[in-house]
Amino acid sequence: MTLFLHIFILLPVLGFIISLLVPAPKEGVISGVAFGTVGLHLASTLGFIGYWLLNGRPILNIKDIVLFKATGYEFFIDFCFDEIAATYLFVGSFLTFLVTIYSRYYLHRESGYKRFFNTILFFYVGYNIIILSGNLETLFVGWEILGISSFLLIAFYRDRYLPVKNAVKVFSIYRIGDVGLILAMWMSHHLFHENITFLKLNNYELVHEHLQSHTWIGVFISIMILISAAAKSAQLPFSSWLPRAMEGPTPSTAIFYGSLSVHLGVFLLLRTYPFWEHQLSVRILIAVLGLLTAVITTGIARVQSSVKSQIAYASIAQIGLIFIEVAAGLEMLAMFHFAGNAFLRTYQLLVSPSVVSYLIREQFYNFSPRAHSIEHFFPKKLEYTLYLLSIKEWNLDSLMYRYLWNPLKWAGNKMNFLTVNRLLIFFIPTYVIGLVCLYNEELIPTNIHAYLPIFFSLIGLLMVLKSFTERRKAPISWILVIMNHFWIALAISFNEHFKNDQTILYLSGIIASGVLGYFCLTKLKSIEGNIDLDQFHGHSYKHPKLAFIFLMACLGVSGFPITPTFIGEDLIFSHIHENQAILALSVSLSFIIDGLAIIRIYARIFLGPHVKSVYETAYRSS
Amino acid sequence: MKTHDSLFDEHAVLHDLKHFLPAQAPLKDFIHHNTLHAFQTDKFYEATQRASELFGYKVSLSLDEFRELYKSERIKKEVLDKIIVEKKGTKALKEWQNNLISKKYAPAALPRVGALRANWKKHYRIDLDSLVHPILFRVLCSYLDQGISIWNFPIKDKTFLASMRELEKNSFSSIFRASRAKDLLLNNSCEISSLLKILVGKKELYQQYLYDQQFAHQGWSGMVSAIEDQPQTLLDRRKISLHDVVVFELLLEIDALDFHCGGDWQPLKERMIQAPTPLFAPVEKTELNEVLSLWQEAFEWSYYDQVLTGLQNKKKESVDSSRKSFQAMFCIDDRECSLRRYLEEFDPACATFGTPGFFGVEFFYQPEDGKFYTKVCPAPVTPKYLIKEIGNKHRRKKDVHFSKHSHSFYGGWLISQTLGFWSAAKLFINIFRPSMSPATASSFKHMDRFSTLTIENKHANHHENNLQIGFTIDEMAIRVENLLKSIGLVDNFAPIVYVIGHGASSVNNPHYAAYDCGACAGRAGSVNSRVISFMANHPKVRAILSDRGIVIPADTQFIGGLHDTTRDEIVYFDENTLSPKNQERHKKNETIFEKALDYNAKERSRRFESIDTTLSPQKIHEKIRTRSVSLFEPRPELNHATNALCIIGRRSLSKDVFLDRRAFLNSFDYQVDPEGKYLLNILNAAAPVCGGINLEYFFSRVDNQKLGAGTKLPHNVMGLFGVANGIDGDLRPGLPSQMIEVHDPVRLLMIVEHFPELVLKTIQKNPATYEWFINEWVNLAVINPETQEISVFRNGEFVPYNPLANHLDTVNDITSLLETHHENLPVYSLS
Repeated sequence: MTLFLHIFILLPVLGFIISLLVPAPKEGVISGVAFGTVGLHLASTLGFIGYWLLNGRPILNIKDIVLFKATGYEFFIDFCFDEIAATYLFVGSFLTFLVTIYSRYYLHRESGYKRFFNTILFFYVGYNIIILSGNLETLFVGWEILGISSFLLIAFYRDRYLPVKNAVKVFSIYRIGDVGLILAMWMSHHLFHENITFLKLNNYELVHEHLQSHTWIGVFISIMILISAAAKSAQLPFSSWLPRAMEGPTPSTAIFYGSLSVHLGVFLLLRTYPFWEHQLSVRILIAVLGLLTAVITTGIARVQSSVKSQIAYASIAQIGLIFIEVAAGLEMLAMFHFAGNAFLRTYQLLVSPSVVSYLIREQFYNFSPRAHSIEHFFPKKLEYTLYLLSIKEWNLDSLMYRYLWNPLKWAGNKMNFLTVNRLLIFFIPTYVIGLVCLYNEELIPTNIHAYLPIFFSLIGLLMVLKSFTERRKAPISWILVIMNHFWIALAISFNEHFKNDQTILYLSGIIASGVLGYFCLTKLKSIEGNIDLDQFHGHSYKHPKLAFIFLMACLGVSGFPITPTFIGEDLIFSHIHENQAILALSVSLSFIIDGLAIIRIYARIFLGPHVKSVYETAYRSS
Repeated sequence: MKTHDSLFDEHAVLHDLKHFLPAQAPLKDFIHHNTLHAFQTDKFYEATQRASELFGYKVSLSLDEFRELYKSERIKKEVLDKIIVEKKGTKALKEWQNNLISKKYAPAALPRVGALRANWKKHYRIDLDSLVHPILFRVLCSYLDQGISIWNFPIKDKTFLASMRELEKNSFSSIFRASRAKDLLLNNSCEISSLLKILVGKKELYQQYLYDQQFAHQGWSGMVSAIEDQPQTLLDRRKISLHDVVVFELLLEIDALDFHCGGDWQPLKERMIQAPTPLFAPVEKTELNEVLSLWQEAFEWSYYDQVLTGLQNKKKESVDSSRKSFQAMFCIDDRECSLRRYLEEFDPACATFGTPGFFGVEFFYQPEDGKFYTKVCPAPVTPKYLIKEIGNKHRRKKDVHFSKHSHSFYGGWLISQTLGFWSAAKLFINIFRPSMSPATASSFKHMDRFSTLTIENKHANHHENNLQIGFTIDEMAIRVENLLKSIGLVDNFAPIVYVIGHGASSVNNPHYAAYDCGACAGRAGSVNSRVISFMANHPKVRAILSDRGIVIPADTQFIGGLHDTTRDEIVYFDENTLSPKNQERHKKNETIFEKALDYNAKERSRRFESIDTTLSPQKIHEKIRTRSVSLFEPRPELNHATNALCIIGRRSLSKDVFLDRRAFLNSFDYQVDPEGKYLLNILNAAAPVCGGINLEYFFSRVDNQKLGAGTKLPHNVMGLFGVANGIDGDLRPGLPSQMIEVHDPVRLLMIVEHFPELVLKTIQKNPATYEWFINEWVNLAVINPETQEISVFRNGEFVPYNPLANHLDTVNDITSLLETHHENLPVYSLS
């Protein structure tokens, strides 16, 4: 029975690969592949869950492939199946099946028909990996896939300005969630001295024993998990991304942001519940966050005058309530609530265009000019204040800018004096000196040695900040991203002695994809001339293949699970000690910005309105 | 442009600006109109090229598309050569052939609009639009919202600017980021020119700045302007004006600059290095534009030529004096064209007519329990009559999924855990067995067929809100007479005369109103068809008519009906008033209608890829019905796509020609109207209505991104009056790509069957109508009913035209043609 779990992963993977191979004009075949994959998946889900129920609902766990092993470190893929997985599997399978059929007709003749189904299947791969994962590492694989497929679906209309802008925005928030997860993995590795499975978390004695002596570590891990979950489920302060994600075709919006993707934060909490179950402060924190989100977003939902944003905020409010239910330990209720909310919002989004004829008719027959909502009975000043705040979404969107991205941009802009030549002149010698030091470590005084990792990682951080704010030359920005990883590798090498093969594992993917990406950029530059990063260029319009290859390179460089770098990243973190908060912060910050810088390069160069044709392109504001 | 005394005349600038903005009304009143109406005072080619240069619109197919059409012989070589010779002379033929077919042209330069405001980004490094638009759109949408929000805009009955002032004054929070703009709003009269002084600083640039600003979001500005001009278009009215929006936006811009530059910035003129080309400076002719207009001309005449050949070579009429089995009036709508052909095929003894679908009766309609009046006649007409529905037995069904409770705190908690599971089931059913639901916009819901209508005015004081309830006998007689004379049906009445209006059904379609009858102001034509039938059946009306020479036999009965063009179904009204004999005839006719509808569905299905056109008509019809209620079907029908012709004449003119549902057919008999009195009325309506439809399709097709609504798949409904992409986007007026993708952008060719001299005199009578023809926004041809000679209207006169192709292919069986082709078909003559 356990082995059957593989089917739920392999089936979508297979479907995804086949769908990539079908030529684009063959609508029937493309949607047929998607339909077949998802249909078969639903059938096996129903069969499997039935069989599993009859067998007394055992908790299944398989330790799968061990991808990397070193002393004290083991990176392995693990799957697990219980009530939570069963619920998510059923809801996901059922909704994806319906939405796939729906989209077969709905997207007819849309350019990007193939791209749409590719992305849906890719998303489905990620979704299944997440919900069936047995440890944080496996979950993280799916989490990354989901982030990228989200980006691609929001930017589905890649030749318009707003979808691309919003896709980058959403991606940046997802990135925060990713790093929350990386840090949680890092700490839990130090806590348990292994990549612990979710199953083991159920072992109260084990968890309790480890946590007793390290209370703050427990709290730290829980908070990182909460940040991750809150980002994914659009809880405060991240809520404003959800309505902005609704740029793709309505069915993809419905399934992603109406139902499945947005409830994965809840899933993460349900999965890790045994870990923080006994940390009362964390439970209170989660509940308070949920309540605050529910209250504020209900207010925002009430003032929304566009149908999709109204559904989005109403859904966030319900997820806030689900957070409370999870914190209260009402697992069954939370799952029930999740399923109901997912179904309801999917359907509401799918029928949202009907709202015009329906509500206009309602208005025609039932209009009363003096109707007021409950808020009208508030004191006037309170009413107006709350109304304005809700209209402005409590400034959530601009807060993100003001306190998160603007300081980064500010810092990056401070380094405008760095030109290519200066970079080469200053940093290459420094790096060489660093390498020399590394091989003659015994000569360095210990008090200096202790600061070297931080020093080098900060240089890496500078690189990536500069890359993130580079306006002129895309290749420079790209090289800076690559260099960042070298600095990190150097920094960590000072931190702990480990074999070179680990560094190679980490850098191999980066180097390969870095070269590939650089090649793409120079090729594009030779064809199109100027490729600055000051505006969107939309070159995927004329160079779709190059865009695809470059996207692959981007994924490789950002540590996506297609190259060994993915394991390397986790490995690098395992060499940061639990008391090295600054180092951890600096490295994780550079991972965040690194991902942003990369996706920014991709978006600016390949997405958005095509620079070379003002005519026939949509208005920027549309 | 008018010349102003001063450098900036606010009133005049706003007035002109409003004229250039999109004029589309809220979705529920979607009526087709010429998208570039502001340019209609000039000749078509000059005007569109000017529009292109000013606002960056694409106004024809691209050069590559034209060349592709030439290669596939859709544009004919002999037509192209003829046109080049006509316009450029024989000598230049070679050169221009080369220009058209192979010369390379550099892409057009940047449009003028936006150039001035672009200086903010260039010199201040600020992206003003992204700081201003989201909050501006959101506030506007909340103010105008018709019923999406639960907690709606707290201030009612005040103008937009006054409401914002009130809101700002009484709130701890603010729309603005910095203090200056708030101050200005609260303590200043906020003259546009004084705000522009802060922002721009140079009077000469004010006008251009406002165009740049408003055309950065022409969707919203156009909606505001449309609501300002016709506030009744919102059921829940709003006092908004473009002036208020401009003021508010200027304040937001000042605020954004204060925020971004820390209050330390200079007006635009200070840093601007070079003034951009003035927006309204003359537009120079380019060779590329000439090439494109020659292509356009060749594309159009390649098609027109076939049509005129077909109409000229029609078979000799055999005068058939036996009584018709039935007569049926339809709307002139191009969608009725094929249905009429099938009716005539299956019952050669019948006769069909076309006339604008409000059937000459103009009034407001109030359904039972309705809180408002609905206008059901052409948009420019303001009726003085009201018709009320009584005894509606139809109960409106509700759908809890649209209930706002699901968005509340506890309501949502309960609903998502209960109704949520019901939605899963509903979605499942809806995908596998689509069926009619409360969410469907169905033309049959417009009026309950078993209700009664207050058609006859009881007494002189029978009024409601300044509207007369029903029509008096005299008023009825005038309308019936006008209708019958205009279509030439004045004798030989059949026992039953059907008057069939039309409407459409669709689900998940915010543009539903565009699918209904344009002549009924975007509503179904059911009430009108019933009203005119009642009038024509009225014994007193008939008495007056017979005095005026129209004798309707006592056994002739008029009966109303409604054709649902999406589902291809017809319902009839007041069938029980038919005499027993006519009931029998009606039964027989009904089967013919049924069969014609099946075949009509089959003919339509050739355009739908999901339907196998080779199936039997009945099976296809079933699929067509399912299609109309499927949530996932963005193309329930294709509406007016491919329209290209308007034929005003007797049916005999067009009967033997296969026109592929591309023609508006308006019945007219020159013998009944030798002086052109009715012709004038027909042209007054047909030019703006058909021309408007045609040009909206034209421009939405050639520039779907800027003049159309783009693909409808990501559309988000804003405030129940418009659609936008995503939540922060500009409104998207125009037609979505799903409606226009099969459309060939050719201008309408109007063909009148009458004597050229008389037609010339007639069109000159009304300047508004004449403008359509003299400026070539609609092409006009005349067929002399006696000599069959064709002449076309060029530069104010009719010149003879001899079709190049003097022969058309004949088809015996169009079915096989339909089953094998899904593209636009050429004109065939029917055997």
